[in-house]
Amino acid sequence: MGQIIGIWISAGLTLMIFSFLYKDNPFYKFSEHVYVGVSAAYITFYTWDYFLMPKLVHPLVQHHWLVIIPGVFGAMMLTRWFSKTAWISRWPISVSVGVGSGLAVVQSMQGFLIPQLKSTLLPLTGSSVVFNNPIINLWNHPLNNLIIIVGTITTIVYFYFSKEHKGFIGRTAKIGIIFIMVAFGASFGYTVMARISLLIGRIGFLINDWLVPVFHSFTH
Amino acid sequence: MKIWERLSKIDRRVIYLLLALVIIIPIVFKIPSTVAVSKAARMAYDAVDKLPAGTPIIFSTDFDPASMPELKPMMVAMLRQAFEKKLKVIMMGHWPTGIPLSTLILEQVAKEFNAEYGVDYVNLGYRPGAGLVMIQMGKEIRSVYDIDTKGNPVDSLPMMKSIHNYSDIGLVACFEAGSMGDIWVQYAWGRFGVKIIMGTTAVVTPDSYPYLAAHQIEGLIGGMAGAAAYEKLISHPDKAMIRMSSQAWAHILIIVFIIIGNVGYFMMRRMEKTRKSGTM
Repeated sequence: MGQIIGIWISAGLTLMIFSFLYKDNPFYKFSEHVYVGVSAAYITFYTWDYFLMPKLVHPLVQHHWLVIIPGVFGAMMLTRWFSKTAWISRWPISVSVGVGSGLAVVQSMQGFLIPQLKSTLLPLTGSSVVFNNPIINLWNHPLNNLIIIVGTITTIVYFYFSKEHKGFIGRTAKIGIIFIMVAFGASFGYTVMARISLLIGRIGFLINDWLVPVFHSFTH
Repeated sequence: MKIWERLSKIDRRVIYLLLALVIIIPIVFKIPSTVAVSKAARMAYDAVDKLPAGTPIIFSTDFDPASMPELKPMMVAMLRQAFEKKLKVIMMGHWPTGIPLSTLILEQVAKEFNAEYGVDYVNLGYRPGAGLVMIQMGKEIRSVYDIDTKGNPVDSLPMMKSIHNYSDIGLVACFEAGSMGDIWVQYAWGRFGVKIIMGTTAVVTPDSYPYLAAHQIEGLIGGMAGAAAYEKLISHPDKAMIRMSSQAWAHILIIVFIIIGNVGYFMMRRMEKTRKSGTM
């Protein structure tokens, strides 16, 4: 019974949100507010139950006093609510920024920049793994590497602003724009696919989980 | 009003209605669609397939209900493959909204294979911190996950007794609706050389291909098309394969509207030019 009620509430809220496609209305606003409220409550509960309890409260109960230090730093963040004490929150923020930046710089170099640079240092002809079209099978095409090399260099030239984009630099930058546009097109195409997938998911839910059982309950 | 003017000013609600129809009809009438398996999805399948029985595999669920239609089918398919191969599944996540969903998915698939909690799979849940959590897991998983989602101490779970850090893990399969996959690659692969496969929403997929090209990840399952390919690879057709028909028809409709919109725009511009040159 609980599951049926859940499905009806879910279907109702989905239809209320979809009603915005026609025009803005109170049903849409209601479901939007419900979503924001439930999400905030959910995150609060989750942070308390799955982080503060096991990582702060339980260790304190077991006399692991070292957790007091991050606990106090966390509490200091709450001083931002009051203008007179807001300066105190700069201390934990500075610790977060310092640790975060230190980690990010090292890991961006080690895990992103250098491996990505290495992957563009290729022989002029040869196949690359990035072309992934199962229909026309460009996977092992000998021009793949050349396209990657030309694309990388011309795109970098496009973002080189210390010299005016005229003559050779200008022509190279124009080729770079073509590669950038192709990348935007691919991203847009994938985004369309993602949004349609989500719509299919919701419509699939409305039909298979809501309407079909309702129809069966009337006919049987 | 001329035909081109009409076509370039179609009411958006008409477009929504047509889009809804091309999605609903294939679902209701179960119109089949052919699914081409991409090499990226096959690489992901092979990476899991190569693992010997008993190898631990981490499933990282970094998504929310909004991205579930894309990521759930691929996660279900990979879990089926993992349980079929008798791999030890460790579920965890960096998005608090993902864990309740992945718990439902995990329990559903575990039931299909009569898998036993604590022996064949565990659910460690959510911890905030992302990169820091990944670094700590590289040293000792217990330093961040001392208890599971049911409140059991990790040491009390039989399959976790011999699992301490990434060196005991065969593969990390992360399911991404945001940038957490980048963090997995930069922190876990960059620092510890962890083998990673990614399942991503279609929005995230183009940003993930460079990792595949640089051999930083072992495979990539992109969007619903990737999920459908994975279902085909494990020979277990399910929701993604059924829904690909709607996806294909919706894409065709969108392409038709893009063509109509552009042709209408150019025809109207041409007519405007002709009208202006006629009045001069």
